[in-house]
Amino acid sequence: MSLLKVEGLSKHYEGRDGIFDRITGREKTVVRAVNDIDLTVEKGEILGLIGESGCGKSTLGRAILRLHEPTKGRVTFDGAEVTALDPAQMKAMRRRMQIIFQDPYASLNPRRTVAEIVGLPLRLHGLAKTDAEAREKVAAICARVGLKPGQLDRYPHQFSGGQRQRIGIARALVSHPEFIVCDEPVSALDVSIQAQIIALLLELKREMGLTYLFISHDISVIGYLADRVAVMYLGEIVEMGPVEEVLANPRHPYTQSLMSAVPEVDHAGRRKRVRLTGDLPSPLRPPSGCKFHTRCPLATDACGKIVPKTETVGPGHTAACLRLAENLSLLEEVPA
Amino acid sequence: MTMTADTPVASESIFRRNLSNFAANRLAMACALIVVLFAVMAVFAPWIAPHDPNETDLFRRLQPPAWIAGGEWSFLLGCDALGRDILSRIIYGARISIFIGLAVIFVATTVGILAGLAAGYLRGWVDILISRLVDILLGFPYLIFAIGLMAMMGPGLWNIILALAYKEWVIPARVVRGETLVTRELEYVEAARALGASRWHIMLREILPNVLSPVIVVATIRMAHVIILEASLSFLGLGVQPPTASWGSMVSDGRAFILEAWWVSTFPGLAILLLVLAINVTSQGLRDAFDPRFSE
Amino acid sequence: MKDALLEVRGLRTVFETRAGRVCAVDGVDVEVRRGECLGIVGESGSGKSVTFSSVMGLVKSPGHIESGTVVFDGRDLRGLTPREMRAVRGRDIAMTMQDALTALNPALTVGEQIAEVLEAHDETLPARGAARRTAIRNTSVEMLGLVGIPSAETRLKQYPHEFSGGMRQRIMIAIALACRPKLLIADEPTTALDVTIQAQVLELISDIRARLGMSVALITHDLGVVAEHCDRVMVMYAGQVVEEGPTAEVIGAPKHPYTQGLLASIPRPGLRGQPIHPIEGQVPDLIGLPPQCRFYSRCAHRRDACLTPVEMRQAGPQRRARCILIGEDEA
Repeated sequence: MSLLKVEGLSKHYEGRDGIFDRITGREKTVVRAVNDIDLTVEKGEILGLIGESGCGKSTLGRAILRLHEPTKGRVTFDGAEVTALDPAQMKAMRRRMQIIFQDPYASLNPRRTVAEIVGLPLRLHGLAKTDAEAREKVAAICARVGLKPGQLDRYPHQFSGGQRQRIGIARALVSHPEFIVCDEPVSALDVSIQAQIIALLLELKREMGLTYLFISHDISVIGYLADRVAVMYLGEIVEMGPVEEVLANPRHPYTQSLMSAVPEVDHAGRRKRVRLTGDLPSPLRPPSGCKFHTRCPLATDACGKIVPKTETVGPGHTAACLRLAENLSLLEEVPA
Repeated sequence: MTMTADTPVASESIFRRNLSNFAANRLAMACALIVVLFAVMAVFAPWIAPHDPNETDLFRRLQPPAWIAGGEWSFLLGCDALGRDILSRIIYGARISIFIGLAVIFVATTVGILAGLAAGYLRGWVDILISRLVDILLGFPYLIFAIGLMAMMGPGLWNIILALAYKEWVIPARVVRGETLVTRELEYVEAARALGASRWHIMLREILPNVLSPVIVVATIRMAHVIILEASLSFLGLGVQPPTASWGSMVSDGRAFILEAWWVSTFPGLAILLLVLAINVTSQGLRDAFDPRFSE
Repeated sequence: MKDALLEVRGLRTVFETRAGRVCAVDGVDVEVRRGECLGIVGESGSGKSVTFSSVMGLVKSPGHIESGTVVFDGRDLRGLTPREMRAVRGRDIAMTMQDALTALNPALTVGEQIAEVLEAHDETLPARGAARRTAIRNTSVEMLGLVGIPSAETRLKQYPHEFSGGMRQRIMIAIALACRPKLLIADEPTTALDVTIQAQVLELISDIRARLGMSVALITHDLGVVAEHCDRVMVMYAGQVVEEGPTAEVIGAPKHPYTQGLLASIPRPGLRGQPIHPIEGQVPDLIGLPPQCRFYSRCAHRRDACLTPVEMRQAGPQRRARCILIGEDEA
């Protein structure tokens, strides 16, 4: 049985309608940030979630944790239906499901010391009987993520970005959770620090038997550490499968163009660029049919009318595109 | 190794850093000292004042200050129409001004913080209710509102405090609501929710400490306003009742003799000016130190 | 073609802060040749942006240039009066910022902002009247077309917030290019953008460079961007240049341990399952740096000889690096 199962999960935001709109009977504007998502995460695996800004990947992570209450759909964690829990049960569940944030500056309360920040989960869930025990647990996890004992009583502004991210990781791990949503945890960091944090997250996963939903816009990071990958575009998953399989044989034109857009150190000049025209459409007025058809180099008239169904294209590999059967590829290796 | 956070640095909270910023501002520190002196004067009035403020002596009626012919050094600032020592009355009057100022600000800030936090964090109907109430109260001219309330409730120390606090809470409430709206969207608030924290925990422990700086600044600025309002009410005869000394009523008492005995109104007026000015400069210093966004 | 358009020698820019003196740029030499794209790579605090704001004469207080020469197209920029310097900025050297939303004025239309630059610098414009206005409009439309913004006529009347992030970056490039500068300094032009949009903007810059024959200094933290778009690269660390040379050579066989570490730090799908080897520790505090190799505390090859100041050494026909190991491999 999967550790986490997401079925038909949607998160819609309704636009504010004033009295005027109500009188004139104008239709409410709805942003479908996350639309009818199905996915599973197995125990001990890393599921990479990739997409550009505004595609709904962060919202999906937060909807799974019910930080943003889902509009529709069901989330099941270890057999318990998370979306049906009452507040007291949900609080208990939060100990087992945690999140690490992108911005190491905004995610720590500037008025609290490291010991207070990291010790908060222990206090909230009564995981330490005495202050001394709490302090000991905090010190242990801080030491594990690479902070020094003398730093526990400092404030966040006294640390660099990488060290702050370590504090955020310590806070997420101190209550010994099983599942962690990593929401772009390395995107705001410098390259050399990014590598330190990735290495740390992988070590901790092994030691503590963790399961990650790893959200990123960086296909190289996902390709390096994820077991499976889900590619999101405008609130929907367009392709999903084992990472090696998807990177070697991407079937959705969006995945293909995403891969070709990444400037690579190794492949310099070797791969033909797929040039996507235009920007991400506004989620307020998403395109009809396949949502990618406005930017897709392979789009036909049918793509604007028919919503493609998710099809299996290989072992554990699914994609949603009308032209899958034609086996087209935008990626061509240009001979070196 | 020379690494930023490995070298021994004292743990320094933002509050302490701000305070040391404030201490570096000499003018603001001098003004803060004046405010403290006024406060000391108020608290120790019975020991400092040379005379009983309410002791009348008709032989000294409208006696001028010491340095003018007819004055004496034991009545430094002269006497009023009933022959009471003006300096002593100013010293005792400081008690009323500062006490009312502090009391109104304390009540208003406490109510304002709670209302602002609730409106800003809980949103929904709580926000609509509080925000509309704030808008309505802001629609009334302050002094006229207070005069109306005083006329209804009758004069008296506690009634003044109530009458002023009735509207004063709106100011910190608006500040706290605005700050809360910004702070609630920050990731550390979301992190606390993800850890299972309750609404109360989030409002009081995560958000409140981060919105307090502007509230402290606003409270000091408003304290000066409240002191002026209290003086205005007393001037109009709606404040503390005679014979209790109040700066506002003292200015009012001297109106009739402003030409022949200018000192009766002028010295309490200067006391108001000096205290209000000192508080304002202090609060500006606090603002620069605590909330760099607002300076310049 | 190979002569230098911009030549910076021994540039030192310091900031006097409350905590002490920060030497953000310490003895930096830069050479941008005519028509080339030079990549400047470094992490935050490496001094890559400060180097180029120094070139532009735009260092903000409490910072100032302490020493060094900046020669552009044969003129010594540091000897110019503020007025002469203003004439150089925008006309001869233009700069685009990382955050296009804050770099553009929200109160002016895009057309007005392009016109401003033209008004200030373009001497070929008719003196006044309708002819001048038409000339400005035509050039503005042409610039928006050049950076690939469709229906330029109507877009000129819009405000920055009406454009997407990628479009705003294009507009900033259009403004920068309005007077056909000889050098474009692009400071992290794509950091705030998504990969598919980033690819569009970078290709646009490369395209225009080829068409207008200008030089580009591309400041970035992304070695991948450098690998695909730059002829030569300069790696900066803690206020100093640590390595420079032709891009393919530097990335193919880095000489400085920092460049090596940086390349090893990039996660790649090809390295799945293998441990990643990050550079341990962090960038040193720039206050009170001892006179030694700045990478000493994080370097795997450190030795006692590194505790003295290390100068740039020739490491190949066109390559230089700041490491005592250079020259030893040949011995």
